[in-house]
Amino acid sequence: MLSFVAQRIVKGVIVLFAIVVLNFFLIRLAPGDPAMVMAGEAGASDQMFVAQLREKFGLDRPLPEQLFRYVKGIASFDLGFSFRQQMPVAKLIMDRLPATLLLTMTAFAISLVFGILFGVLAARFAGTWADTAITILALVFYATPLFWIALMAILLFSVTMDWLPSFGYETIGAGYTGFAHVLDVGAHLIMPAATIGLFFMATYTRMTRASMLEVNRLDFVKTARAKGLRNSIIQRRHVLRNALLPVVTLAGVHSGTLIGGAVLTETVFAWPGIGRLMYEALLQRDYNLLLGVFVVCSAMVLIFNLITDLVYRMVDPRIEFAT
Amino acid sequence: MLKRVLVGLVLICGATTAAPAQEPKMGGVINAVIQPEPPGLMLALVQNGPTQMVSGNIFEGLLRYSPKLEPLPGLAESWTVSEDAKTYTFKLKPGVLWHDGKPFTSADVLFSIEMLKQTHARARGNMVQVEKVEAPDDLTVVFTLKQPFGPFLGIFEVGSMPMIPKHLYEGTDFKTNANNNAPIGTGPFMFKEWQKGSFIHLVRNPNYHVKGMPYIDGIYWQIIPDAAARSVAYETGQVDVLPGGSVENFDVPRLTKLKDTCVTGAGWEFFSPLAWMWLNNRAGPTANKKIRQAIMYAVDRDFAKDVIWNGLGKVATGPSASTIKFYTDDVPKYPFDPAKAKALLKEAGYNGEKVRLMPLPYGETWQRWGEAVKQNLIDVGFNIETIATDVPGSNQKIGDWDYDISFTYLYQYGDPALGVGRNYISSQIVKGQQFNNVEGYSNPEIDKLFAEGAIATPDSKRKELYEKAQKILVEDVPVAWMLELQFPTISRCKIKNLITTAIGVNDGFREAWVDK
Repeated sequence: MLSFVAQRIVKGVIVLFAIVVLNFFLIRLAPGDPAMVMAGEAGASDQMFVAQLREKFGLDRPLPEQLFRYVKGIASFDLGFSFRQQMPVAKLIMDRLPATLLLTMTAFAISLVFGILFGVLAARFAGTWADTAITILALVFYATPLFWIALMAILLFSVTMDWLPSFGYETIGAGYTGFAHVLDVGAHLIMPAATIGLFFMATYTRMTRASMLEVNRLDFVKTARAKGLRNSIIQRRHVLRNALLPVVTLAGVHSGTLIGGAVLTETVFAWPGIGRLMYEALLQRDYNLLLGVFVVCSAMVLIFNLITDLVYRMVDPRIEFAT
Repeated sequence: MLKRVLVGLVLICGATTAAPAQEPKMGGVINAVIQPEPPGLMLALVQNGPTQMVSGNIFEGLLRYSPKLEPLPGLAESWTVSEDAKTYTFKLKPGVLWHDGKPFTSADVLFSIEMLKQTHARARGNMVQVEKVEAPDDLTVVFTLKQPFGPFLGIFEVGSMPMIPKHLYEGTDFKTNANNNAPIGTGPFMFKEWQKGSFIHLVRNPNYHVKGMPYIDGIYWQIIPDAAARSVAYETGQVDVLPGGSVENFDVPRLTKLKDTCVTGAGWEFFSPLAWMWLNNRAGPTANKKIRQAIMYAVDRDFAKDVIWNGLGKVATGPSASTIKFYTDDVPKYPFDPAKAKALLKEAGYNGEKVRLMPLPYGETWQRWGEAVKQNLIDVGFNIETIATDVPGSNQKIGDWDYDISFTYLYQYGDPALGVGRNYISSQIVKGQQFNNVEGYSNPEIDKLFAEGAIATPDSKRKELYEKAQKILVEDVPVAWMLELQFPTISRCKIKNLITTAIGVNDGFREAWVDK
């Protein structure tokens, strides 16, 4: 197993390097650069000003040199300096990471728990009204754009009912501490987490249901029934455990992408996370910041993929680690 | 030497908005929206709109400006101008302290000017007129100009020339100075905290040099990236102030109808944002003057004002906004007249060549405006292709002159010499620039009129020159002037004196108070 993990880490580093190089050139293909954006924002675009900015950001250097410097920095865990925010990229990302992790992990937990639960229920009562209701709801949540759900949630729970705050991570200026602070953050968290969670919950519900029904038809389940095992034991020990494999795969992929994938939700709810940071960096052509977020998100995907493979082994001991 | 003495204390009483009927009350906090999040708060290094809005509370300039654009005392309590209009002497206010307790002196003014020449493009441009700056004593600064420069007294507002603490910046690398992230100024509010992505917190400066001010305890500038969410934040009472441009225009009528909500268009007199469409004068159909005139007749600007901008603003008559000096409406007129536009197109021999139209990627209102103009132009026979892009892409295309028609809006800074001439004079045709004369219009007579207008004395002479320039430009249509924009500031009525000068919320909340 150790050798498997070591090899995966080495491969991960190579993939990460390829991602850095590819994205380095890709984002420079987009028209405009940070100097032009900042000159535009300043309402001043004399040649000297733009040239000064380009020199300050190192954008006046040849591209290979810029790439070399960047990769050299990455090798020493230096993600560079944000052009626009005038702060180290690592600090900006680390400042935003807790908020994103809180949001996405909450959403992830909600979606996984309820997605599997509803999927099992739908499979258990397949063909009944309960199955139909769950399937239709899952389809609706799966097909509805996140931003629309977010806006409707704000309209209903903030504007109309005044139950939940419409934006932000906490009540600014309230100065809550201790449990009051936890409750305050929780109140702010409900809508954005539910918005993201609903989509993924719908995905897991559909997948769990389909997978459960498929496994239920397999021979070993028939054998278990023939042995006289109780249905609840068959479903829990034999069916669910096997049916979860594709769900685990999907959850593994999602858990990595969720780090940078909450762009819309973070923007609509003004959640101070990495998704928003990435979106703003893109609009401002803040190359270093954008690349930094890519690197962190890519690393997360690689790490979560590795964890997924390890969880696979736990869920299904028949699976061997292929090196 | 006969001097014209402009005593600030007299002006401040007469030129700011009318004295409040109630006595200001101390205390309270204002929650205001700031969008987008400023890249930094150090005004000498960053000059974008949000930075000016927040940092106008931290830093100050030598002068402030009344809604009629008359200079008011700021860090300078009075000023005199020599008879030959080449020497300006400023007397600084005594007893002014930086937020760290050090005294503000003329040495700070001299240092600020030198620093701004390196870091502030607009200040550098303005200071070209200055031969030397001297500080005969701690509270006196003397500017000697190379030649008279009409708008000189208009370049000292906080965004154009912020005062920077010499003791914290001298001899340091300006870009990496630690104070950039916790700026020290002389303003009514001090920097307290910035939670990136969430809020910027400023607190009352207890040692502010205007006795009794500021009245409020602090300001939370809240960062909300989505326009709809900003509207909701106001609607649900989570923020109290929506500075101009914070919400989409179509939300403005709804928000202004909310209970205890006040709205004002004041505070934009200095900037006077004017929207127009750049028409590429170099190549393609828009190089033909008749076709440019046809565009002016084809576009229904009243419709844009009434429907897209919800009745806010004013149809532009030419290169100057009606709020700035030397404006005249005695220029050729271009009413909405599709028949005339068609006739001009025929006369110009337009053969259906494709014309690329680039809306401004600044949100829904601008997209809708682009669509309306496209329809207007198609109706008279233009073959229009809309180019969609984001802000950096748009900047790049404009800088590369890679467009036919492109929306924009620019500030006028109160005087034609500061904000108008730059868009039409030949010396400002520089590839790679995203502002100024990107349309490529070149007319030696216009160059001469703007050059003379900047240095002419007295004002009656300047007026004559600028009025002539406006007439020529409107006849030539180098760009298609659209609207004098109005960005209303929406706030709770309990907040008083929010806007008192020509730069509005950018001048800080020093006079604002909350009627609890």
